[in-house]
Amino acid sequence: MSLPVAESSGTRASPARRGLAVIPLLEIGLFVVFAVLPFILEDYLTVFVTRVLILSLLAISFDLVWGYAGIMSFGQALFFGTAGYSVALLARDLNITSVFIVIPAAILIGLLLALLLGSFLLLGRRTPTVIFVALGTLTGSYAADRLARGWYYLGGQNGIPSIPPMTAGSYEFAEGPVFYYLALATVVLVYLLCRFLTRSQFGLALAGMREQEARLAFLGYRVQHLKAIVFSLAGAIAGLAGGLYAFHEGFVWPNMLGVVLSTQIVLYALFGGVGTLIGAVIGVIVIEIVSFWLADNYQEIWPIILGVLLLLVILFRPTGLIGLLVSQRERVGRFGRPNLARAKSREGSRHGAS
Amino acid sequence: MALLEARGITKAFGQLTALSGVDLTVAEGEFHGLIGPNGSGKSTLLKCIAGAEEATAGTIRFAGDDITDATPAERARAGLSLKFQITSVLPALTVYDNVLLALQAQSPLLDLIYSRTRRGLDDRVMAMLEQFRLADRADEPAATLSHGQQQWLEIAMALALEPRLLLLDEPTGGMSLEERRVTGRLLAPIKERCSLVIVEHDLDFIRDICDVLTVLDQGAVLDTGSVEHIQSSRRVQEVYLTRV
Repeated sequence: MSLPVAESSGTRASPARRGLAVIPLLEIGLFVVFAVLPFILEDYLTVFVTRVLILSLLAISFDLVWGYAGIMSFGQALFFGTAGYSVALLARDLNITSVFIVIPAAILIGLLLALLLGSFLLLGRRTPTVIFVALGTLTGSYAADRLARGWYYLGGQNGIPSIPPMTAGSYEFAEGPVFYYLALATVVLVYLLCRFLTRSQFGLALAGMREQEARLAFLGYRVQHLKAIVFSLAGAIAGLAGGLYAFHEGFVWPNMLGVVLSTQIVLYALFGGVGTLIGAVIGVIVIEIVSFWLADNYQEIWPIILGVLLLLVILFRPTGLIGLLVSQRERVGRFGRPNLARAKSREGSRHGAS
Repeated sequence: MALLEARGITKAFGQLTALSGVDLTVAEGEFHGLIGPNGSGKSTLLKCIAGAEEATAGTIRFAGDDITDATPAERARAGLSLKFQITSVLPALTVYDNVLLALQAQSPLLDLIYSRTRRGLDDRVMAMLEQFRLADRADEPAATLSHGQQQWLEIAMALALEPRLLLLDEPTGGMSLEERRVTGRLLAPIKERCSLVIVEHDLDFIRDICDVLTVLDQGAVLDTGSVEHIQSSRRVQEVYLTRV
């Protein structure tokens, strides 16, 4: 099927063309695996994979900010944890557990907090440096962690335990297959939304920004506004993840806000590979499964093994695991010439017929 | 009324004064050449006008508005478009996407998110690529283009913004003789669409396409006037022709 296209656009384009189908294959493959997992796995493993799915949302949110908008955020846990604490308080103090209230609330809290922080860090008159934004987000995450640990109302070091289950009418979302499919549906929805966005003309602007931020300003793009939009959207996704996580685990604690989790999110995405969305998801899956397996089999030294493994990938494979499977051309993607390939192949077959 | 009026532009980099009180006036539809020996401040002046450098002193008015403190994006939106000296096309993106990126720059945000203008802009992208002889390379990454072709792509991107004033910094830098000739032919039709300020070392090239020349020397204007006037100016000949 791709032959006429490759011929019509010249031999130079053909190697890139050949590689253009890996990402959709990975996406479909992973979806199919996740869709059937609860039928295969024992319940405690389904709970574990639900956690992996929720963490995938965090990795996707980081991929958006770093992989697409070039913002090094060490603060994704801030939005995750704040939303988690907020819905925990809604449930504990106001008895509000309806999925239709707590999930939108979690999204809104993540969005507004990211908008606020993004306005300070990104929208100044001078273009902020990567280090400035990284330190700003890191400080935010650290400060929130300290605040939660010291504030009695938030449960101090212990956090807020025994959050009642999330509900839809009289139905309760309990840990297990039901929560699993809720998390899976959420991840798929968020993934498709981000995929749509990053492959749109807006995504082209982001791709340009990723390559040469300064150039974009001279074309008339308000670069910092674009960044603030992506940063806020990523905050909303992290907030959504925080809301789900709080109800899935049944408690929240200060680590959900802190620097350790923020750094872990950065590692997920760098390990899997940024700028493709699916790479970040793969990063979470691999790191979490390897951690789980190592913790079971090498209880004493597993963090060291994991650390060395991460270091090796990041040092020797800066494009992450996804770089092993997907060509540079496919990672960057093509944005314009709608249906050109098809138009050309139609043209080619018409010529062939005549 | 002049399209661009730069008055008393001064730019200092620490102890070094690159420009001291330079005036530049460009009329609507005018092709204005900036010439001068190396280090005379031509590129710095262009960068100050486009907003890539902040002038230490002076005012810039464009189409009647004071743009001295405007950001590069605001200047671009007002109709000023700069082609950099060193090619800064986006190498990993396709040639087509480079031009689309420039053409869609002023589409509203929602149109970009929903890709509403992609289809509509296709003809204009392709026309632009045809005009600059890049149509058959449309699907290839810009990094695979030759240096001369990357310069053309840069010009195409700068022109895609439909500027009122195009600022070209050494468009033929690093080009072969044949590529320079083609570039001259490619730039000629622009006259009907916008004004132009061009920095160039190749005197033959600039003589052919410009109406007015300004000669800079050591950060100050040495002389300004028609091509004939500059060619016959003794001061210019003394300073410029003996040093270049």
